[in-house]
Amino acid sequence: MRKVFSIVFLLSFFYSYSQDFIEKAQVNGSFQLDGQYYHADNAIGINDSTIDGRKLGLNGFGNISYTLGKFSAGVRYEAFLTPIAGFDPLQQGNGVPYMWASYQSDFIGVTVGNFYEQFGNGLILRTYEEWTLGYDNSLNGMKLVIRPATGITVKAVYGSQRYYWQKFENGNRGIVRGLDAEIDLNSTIKGWESAPIRVIFGASGVSKYQKDSDPLFNLPENVSAFAGRMNLSAGKFNFATEYANKINDPSAINNFIYKEGQAVLSSLSFSQPGLGVVLQLKRVDNMSFKSDRGVDGNALDINFLPPINRTHSYSLAARYPYATQPNGEMGMQFQLNYKIPKGSKLGGKYGTGVAVNFSQVNDIVRNPINDTTPVNSQGTLGYESDFFKVSDHIFFRDLNIEINKKFSRKWKAVVQYMNLYYDIATIEGHAGEEPVKANIGLVDVTYNISNRNSLRLELQGLFTEQDDGDWAAAMLEYTIAPTWFFTIADQYNYGHPDKSQQNHYYAFSLGYVKQASRIALTYGRQSEGVICIGGVCRQVPASSGLTISLSTSF
Amino acid sequence: MKAVLFSFFFVLLLLNPGLFAQTDIPQVVIKTLDGKQFNTAEIDNDGKAIILSFWALWCKPCQKELDAFNENYQDWHDETGVKIYAVSIDDSRSTARVMPMVNGKGWEFEVLLDPNGDFKRAMNVNMIPHTFLIDGDGKIVEQHTSYFEGAEYELYEKVKKISGIE
Repeated sequence: MRKVFSIVFLLSFFYSYSQDFIEKAQVNGSFQLDGQYYHADNAIGINDSTIDGRKLGLNGFGNISYTLGKFSAGVRYEAFLTPIAGFDPLQQGNGVPYMWASYQSDFIGVTVGNFYEQFGNGLILRTYEEWTLGYDNSLNGMKLVIRPATGITVKAVYGSQRYYWQKFENGNRGIVRGLDAEIDLNSTIKGWESAPIRVIFGASGVSKYQKDSDPLFNLPENVSAFAGRMNLSAGKFNFATEYANKINDPSAINNFIYKEGQAVLSSLSFSQPGLGVVLQLKRVDNMSFKSDRGVDGNALDINFLPPINRTHSYSLAARYPYATQPNGEMGMQFQLNYKIPKGSKLGGKYGTGVAVNFSQVNDIVRNPINDTTPVNSQGTLGYESDFFKVSDHIFFRDLNIEINKKFSRKWKAVVQYMNLYYDIATIEGHAGEEPVKANIGLVDVTYNISNRNSLRLELQGLFTEQDDGDWAAAMLEYTIAPTWFFTIADQYNYGHPDKSQQNHYYAFSLGYVKQASRIALTYGRQSEGVICIGGVCRQVPASSGLTISLSTSF
Repeated sequence: MKAVLFSFFFVLLLLNPGLFAQTDIPQVVIKTLDGKQFNTAEIDNDGKAIILSFWALWCKPCQKELDAFNENYQDWHDETGVKIYAVSIDDSRSTARVMPMVNGKGWEFEVLLDPNGDFKRAMNVNMIPHTFLIDGDGKIVEQHTSYFEGAEYELYEKVKKISGIE
């Protein structure tokens, strides 16, 4: 309470002497609350013991920030009491895991407290937060950004990472330090501003310190990683590449091998109005990088290894999402976007959008380091891998075609076909399960009743011999812009090999939106599945009950 | 510490209730489609209205909203001079696909990349699509989350209002 008085006193003092402190300042923020009330639903395998007394899950946060010219500060409060089903139990807790103050000018920027940062594509450093997944690996420390000349940016960071609610103390996890520099030649060199080729170079280094208290192995206490990147653009072409290397870093993820790690991500694209093509290649080899070598879950990642396949938006198309295999993978992706012009036979009055996307990810080839040591043996150099060799073992393949067509002011539709190969044993860790080979088709039709009222119908089918078998899904949505929505949906697992599991997962939703506030209520069943956003996935267990979501920004 | 922070904001609010309204666009360095750094302070339209919309490749309603904007953009721009910025919050898994998709869709407005969500956080965007309407003085006058068919008409009425065209 004494603190409160001292703040009141200080502010009154500021108020008398510096009107600016109050009048020129801005306070902004946002709140969100996601709640679920669960009830037993024996048909889909939920009984009182699965709920285990936790009838209510509540995840909530509030952000508030204060800005005065170049100075800003903010806090985020979070409460997971208890966390919604599917979130890590370690998430349970409440408090202020995120607070910061910062000063930003054109030349220098300083942030103290918690912050998010990304070097290049994130191959050696990325801290970020994804509320819907309960993922947050923010750094708690200091960040410095200097722009010594136009087009040159130097960043330095150090800190410890967030691990749910566990306080950083006594070296209970590692410390992260990083440096990044980027130069945009066209902005820096006089006379190059409007050159036909734009060139950007970047380089970064990250070092992790964690004490070695392993009784068996002599582990590196300082693990460093380096990355270099380049972006070239010339007219309609763009080429971007980044290479990263990490010294030996035995960890729970790589089975404590002493091999170095590396990652490459490259893309080449061509685009002009109406047409876009991109080809992307990736190779990852032993590149998991965490600030605690003992952690093997979705936490304390220092780097980010992006899965480059398409992230699907429709529920059945998104049922089998890929997740990067940090121990090794080689992947490619191709996408073509084309707009058949207005007025042509196929384009019609409004033009027709076509998107073709293909991605495939295979394992890397691992050869033994000598005749007597099996591949990936603990405490050894692990294996040798030829950079250009691709294993026959396919993790994932997705070929999808989407057509987007507006017929008239009243009618429009999206049609999508997808062919999928999904190595469920590797990706979801279900050892021994057969890879899922599936065909998925869907249509999404919108009918505008009037300017503000519209109906939307989604029909989807997923056909496979493996896993849970065939699914069909239907959803009808009625919206009154810009305020109301109502939906009725059902997912029916009619092809489940076990007849007693051929369940309907129905749900009713309604929502109200006013400006930046949104309230949504859903009653029904949620099928078991995986939600992935930005490369991190969360298993969502089957549930039944009422869900409420409240969100506002100001 | 918590008590200090919360009382700080509480007292600020008491002293000046008008402070709790987002007005200016925060200054954050993000990127253009060809990788160049872009300071959000440069979001500008010579004293005319601006629509700023957060979207991503994985967000269908976002693309429907931007398609609707694109269909009307020429008319809207001719009538009011309004400019549209679409900020993609795709991260490095999909940033490479943003430019081909924007061109493939034939979108004619400015598209920016916010791959680590810095601008999104500074603007307090929880869910996308989240669209802001900014007046000729660079002040945020309206914001809206979600997109339903036809919401663009109401938004455009507001654009006309702040542009002094009824």
